[in-house]
Parts: sequence; structure tokens; C-alpha cells
Amino acid sequence: MSLLELKNVSKIYGPLKALDNVNLQVENGEWLAIMGPSGSGKSTMMNIIGCMDKPSLGEVILDGVDIAKESGKKLTEIRRDKIGLIFQQFHLVNYLTAVENVMVSQYYHSMPDEKEALEALERVGLKDRAKHLPSQLSGGEQQRVCIARALINHPEIVLADEPTGNLDEANENIVIDLFRQLHREGTTLIVVTHDPEVAEVAQRTVVLEHGRLVKEIMNESFET
Amino acid sequence: MKKQTMFLRMITASLLRRRSRMLVALLAIAVGATILSGLVTIYYDVPRQMGEQFRSYGANMIFTSSNGGTLSEEALNQAKEQIKENQLVGFAPYRYENITVNERPMMAAATDFDGAAKTSPYWRIDGSWPSQPGEALVGKETAQTLALNTGDKVTLTFDLDKKPATADEAANAERNQNNREFSVVGILDTGGNEEKYIFISTEDMEGLTGKSDSFDMAELSVSASQNELKSYADSISKKTDGVSARLVKRVTQSENTVLSKLQALVLLVTVIVLLLTMICVATTMMAVVTERRKEVGLRKALGASNRSIIVEFMGEGLLLGGIGGLLGSLCGFIFAQAVSMNVFNSSIQFHWLLIPVTVLVSVLVTGLSCLLPVRSATDVDPALVLKGE
Repeated sequence: MSLLELKNVSKIYGPLKALDNVNLQVENGEWLAIMGPSGSGKSTMMNIIGCMDKPSLGEVILDGVDIAKESGKKLTEIRRDKIGLIFQQFHLVNYLTAVENVMVSQYYHSMPDEKEALEALERVGLKDRAKHLPSQLSGGEQQRVCIARALINHPEIVLADEPTGNLDEANENIVIDLFRQLHREGTTLIVVTHDPEVAEVAQRTVVLEHGRLVKEIMNESFET
Repeated sequence: MKKQTMFLRMITASLLRRRSRMLVALLAIAVGATILSGLVTIYYDVPRQMGEQFRSYGANMIFTSSNGGTLSEEALNQAKEQIKENQLVGFAPYRYENITVNERPMMAAATDFDGAAKTSPYWRIDGSWPSQPGEALVGKETAQTLALNTGDKVTLTFDLDKKPATADEAANAERNQNNREFSVVGILDTGGNEEKYIFISTEDMEGLTGKSDSFDMAELSVSASQNELKSYADSISKKTDGVSARLVKRVTQSENTVLSKLQALVLLVTVIVLLLTMICVATTMMAVVTERRKEVGLRKALGASNRSIIVEFMGEGLLLGGIGGLLGSLCGFIFAQAVSMNVFNSSIQFHWLLIPVTVLVSVLVTGLSCLLPVRSATDVDPALVLKGE
């Protein structure tokens, strides 16, 4: 059984179909890129997969559960337990240090553990910046803190929305290397991007246009 | 690490690392708490302060004999001791006797001048209070009748025998009289009946009349509320043989009326300030919470329940309320002290109980003020907020 399956999913806002009868399967441990131009429905799809929105029609089966039928409270629980989110704007709490930002995710999930949070920061190469506030970190460092926060609770899926959109090339490469490492460790990655260079390092790429899946590309030269 | 520890770490970090924002909120709470605590201090201290002011209007309680006779010193002391020492401003026993000056019938009053100065601070004296035996204070009307001035001598005559029944009897009887010369040290101007009397000390009166331990009445100035005064009067009348205590209603009732109105005014101002504080704190907290909508969205995206977001924001608000309340209760005392010194010209008493009360009220007001904006913040859609929409 696939880890995530979208069956005939549509999201309708009045006369506009943000997603139009989308079908998609994501296997456990897969690295999927979702590409498409602005307004193609990428964000809507990410919100639905990330349990922050519900489809108007269709089923979204995540780990055997149809999240389209769940209540808002249950969706929060699923998001907390199964999904790690990485944002383009990083979205760190500006008055908490790097390690505290990672611990916030633990706080809502189970129990904060500073040692474990520091290990997560070490994994993204930021242990020595653990006590720094976001304003004292570069964009690349903030994104790595965001990745550490997304990974700390060992989620089923890591969902990244334009993770390199605000980064320079050097930091983009660091983030992509981290994704490679995660993939090697068996983490399921879904990366929403409009950047072909980010998409082509993924195992598979699906292309959205006007809310429809128009293309699926398997990366033949995919390296793990 | 325990969840509570992380909770405290988050709310203290929010307060300490967002100093400028939090200082504004803290200032709003502290200013509100200062005015509130100051006004409550004044509200509770007004009766004492005003009571002291009202004492200048004279005695507010009198002791008379309950059986139509005279009062002994022992009975008066027994009655007086039932009043708390710190509330008794002044006590002056009085004894009145018919005397003559150059064959003119006059009234002499004996009293304790130290006590009279306290029970009748409104007495205006041209000269000085008698301080030595043989000194007298003469009422203005009597002084005019007898053409007496400060520094003059006056001889008081007291008939030791029973008053003659007829004019013939009086003419034929051998007069048994006692004469004493007094120095007039002051002329008393009150605008009242006191101007008709010649005041001498109780010791001089004993010497003149040969009678001791006999008083007609006593005036008391007591710093207490009307209810307390009533309760004192009832208790003294009941417990002390031969003494009847009564209130000088002219003084106590007007004091009570003015005090009630003043306290009602201060209470009204306090309530209005409390409401304004709530609006001010609510507005500030609303701004603080609104500018953190993105953070609320992020926390929700990370899996925070609405409840935990409310608890975190309320925790911050309550901590802020507590600190603001503590600062406010101390500044409130300084504020009340300044008002008291300027208005009443006397210092105010510090009420320790006001610290926990102010902190509690600040915490409640801040809590209530936070509740609405925090609840509305939980309606944030994380997907929209994180997209910056």
C-alpha cells in the first residue's frame, strides 16, 4: 500500500478549480518533486497533503487514513505526528534560539529533549549556532534549522514548500545534500518547487498545470 | 525536559527577548495597576484622612450623667477607656458652676485645657490657653460685659451656701463666699455659647467651690465612622454605670454624608479607571497578539492545538499581568502618598494586603483582556498565514 494516495482530488473555490481530479501515489521512502507554474495548484496540493486544508472532492489516504474525512482537530494530530513541514520563508519563532525552535516541535509532539534537538542541529551542521536567535543566522542557516525542526519528530513525510526559494546557490546545494541524506535514510520527501534544478534531483517529478497533473517524469539519472 | 519547563522557557523568552513590545504592554498594565492601587489606597484612607480633618469641627461624642446627677472622674475614665486609644483624638470633661463677678451672676466652666484644645480646635483665642493655676480664659461676650482684656485680673466669687429663697433672706443672711482672683490670659471667640463662660482649670474650680470629682459632661473627639461611633456610644451607655454616651449628630451625620459621597466618588473613579485599564490592556494585548498571527499559524502548522496556543498566550499575559500588578502596587502607593500629601497634607498608611489584591486584579484584567484576541487568533488558518495572505 502506498504511503500517500490522492484519488480524484479536486479543490473548488467558487468557479475556480484549484485542483482538478488529481490522482497521485507516493511510496514510502520516495522523493517526489511537484512542479508547476504559479497558480497551477502546487500550494493547494501541499496544503491538502500537509493536512492544512481539505479537498472539495476525492480521497486523500495517508498511511491508510482518509484525511479528507477527518475533523480539524484530528488533522492537527495527524500533521503533528506524521508530517514535517519546511517553508520557503523558514518561519522560525524570532524570539527563540535555534535549539528552542527545534524543541517547539517536540513540545507539541511529545516531550522536549534539548539533547536530541542539539543532535538534530548537529545533523544539519548547526550545533555551534544552537544558541543563536534567527536574526543572528543567515538565510541558509535558518532553512537548516527549519529542516532540523521538521525532522525532529521522525515524520512519515517531509513536505517542503519551495525550500530553496530564498537561498543562494551554495545554501541551495547544502539543502539538496541534506535531502539526499534524508532520502538515503528512508525518509519520504515531497518537495514543491518551481525550480527545475531542485526538481531534477528528485526521484520522480509530477507537473501541475491549471490544477491538473499533466506530466510525470521519472529521473533516470537519480543518484542516492 | 518537562513540558512545563519548556512552557516557562517559551513565555519568559517571549517576554525577555521581545523587550520593546512587551515593555509597552507592561507599561499599560503597570500604569493601570498604579492608578487602581493608588485610588483603592486613597479610598480606604479617605475616612481616616477626612476623619482627621473633621476633628477640627469639634467633639463628635458627649458623655452625660444617665441619672440626672454628676459624673465622677472614675466613671468618665471607665467610659473613655472603652474607646481605642488610637481613635481617641481628644477628651475634655466639663463642670459648670454659677458664680458672680462684682455681684454679677456669671457661669464658670472648668475643664482640662489640653483636652479642650483637642476637642475644640476651632476655638479662636486672643492671647493664650491657660497653663498655670490662677489663669482664666474668658468668653468674648463675658469679656465685653465685664470690660476685661488679656492681662486683666478678675475675681470669681462662689456662694458656698445654699442659694437664698427670697430677697429678704438674701439681704439678711450672712454670706459664706469663696473668692479667687484669676489672670485673664485669653479671650475666647467661638461664635457660640462658649463666649458666655469663664473657663478655668478643674483644679482651680475645686479650690473655688470646695467640691471635687464632680463633672457635668465630657466632650470627646473620636476618629471613627458613624457606625463605629454608634457602637461605642451604645456599648459605653450599657457598660458604664451612670454614664450616657451620645453622638453629636450635627457633626457625625455631616461627616458621614461627606465621607460617603467622597468614597462613592473615589469608587466611581476607580471603576472607570478599571474599565479604561481593561480597554487599554485589551487593545495593547490585541495588538501584541495580532502581530503574532504568523507565529500562531506556525505553531498550528507544527501541530499545536487551539488549547495549547490559548494556554501559551494566556501564560504570557498572566505573567505580564503579575509583573505589572506588582510594579503597579508599589507605584500606586507612591501615587497615593503624593495625592495624600498634596490634598490632606498627611502621609498615607501602606496596606500590605493591597499588593496581592492589585497583582490578582491585574492578572484577572490582563487575562480577560487577552482572552478575546487570543481566542480570535486561534481561528488563524495556518496555510493562509504562512503563505503571507
